[in-house]
Amino acid sequence: MALSASSVKVGDTYAQVVVDNLSRTQIVQYAGASGDYNPIHTDEVFATQVAGYPTVFAHGMLTMGLTGKMVTDYVGDGRLTNYGVRFVRQVWPGDTLTATAEVAAVRTEGSDQLVDLTITTTNQNGEAVLTGSATARLDP
Amino acid sequence: MAIERFPVEASHILMFARAVGDPNPIYADEAYAKGTEVGGIIAPPTFAQSSAQFDPDYFLRPRIGEPWFGSGKEPTGIKKEKKEEGESSGSAAGGLHAEQHFTYHRHLRPGDVLPGTVLPGETWEKEGKRSGKLVFSETITEYRDQNGELVITARGVGVRTERVIES
Repeated sequence: MALSASSVKVGDTYAQVVVDNLSRTQIVQYAGASGDYNPIHTDEVFATQVAGYPTVFAHGMLTMGLTGKMVTDYVGDGRLTNYGVRFVRQVWPGDTLTATAEVAAVRTEGSDQLVDLTITTTNQNGEAVLTGSATARLDP
Repeated sequence: MAIERFPVEASHILMFARAVGDPNPIYADEAYAKGTEVGGIIAPPTFAQSSAQFDPDYFLRPRIGEPWFGSGKEPTGIKKEKKEEGESSGSAAGGLHAEQHFTYHRHLRPGDVLPGTVLPGETWEKEGKRSGKLVFSETITEYRDQNGELVITARGVGVRTERVIES
C-alpha cells in the first residue's frame, strides 16, 4: 500500500507518536540490535560519573529508526530512495516523540513519480530532536 | 570502518525492527511479505547501521578479554590518564552523531552479503554557542551486494565537542 501521486499534494502532513515514555530498556535493546554499545547510552554510572551527563541518552540512530517507522508507514514498504537526518537535540529516557512528515514536492524523474518529504521529530516539550528529509517512489 | 562481509539475516532484521518499535510484518513474517509488492522480508531503512556488528575493529563493542571503558567495579574500566587542559569531555565516547543520510538503490533482504567500502570524507570545524569548538568529520560507506551492485550509500557525520551538551 504505497502512496499514489494522485492522492498527495504539497503541504499534506502525516504524524505518529513513535515512542511513548522511552525506556532505558528500549535503548539497551537498540544497543544490542545495532551493535553500538557505547556506555553513554546504557550505563548510568559511566554516563553520569565519567562522561558528565545527567543520565544516559538514546542513540541518535534510535531516533532515526523510530522516525523511519512513521516514514515507511506513510510512503509504503520498499519505496524510500533517500532518508537523511540531523540530530538536533538529545533524547532522554522518559521522552515521548512525535514524528511528522510534510510533503515538500511531488515530482517526476525519468519514469518515476517521487515525493519529497520534510521530516521533524519533536519531544513532549515541542522541541525538535531530529530534522531531515526523505524521498520515496509513488504509485501513479 | 571497513566491513569485509555484512551478512543480512532475518533474525537480525526482526531484532532490529523490535528495537526501533516497528511491528510491521514486512520485517518479520515471510508468509505475509511474500504476498506484498516487495515479495519478501526487507530490512528497515536504518538497518545498514547495524553492519557495525560485523566490523572486527568496531570500538564501541566490548572485546573479549580486554578492558572496557564502561563501568564495572569502577565507573570506567580504563585507567584514567591525567586530563590535559582543553581535552574534549566525553572523549572516551568518541563524540556524538550529528547527521546520517542513506541513499537506497534497493532495500536490503535476508541473504544479502554486503561488503562495505569506506570512502574518504571531509572534516570541518565550527564554533558552537553551548559546546565550544565543534569538529565535524564525515564518513561515506558504500554497500554493494554479492553481484557488485550498489545497494545503499551511507553518509554519517560525527562531531566532537569541547564541553558536554545537556539538551
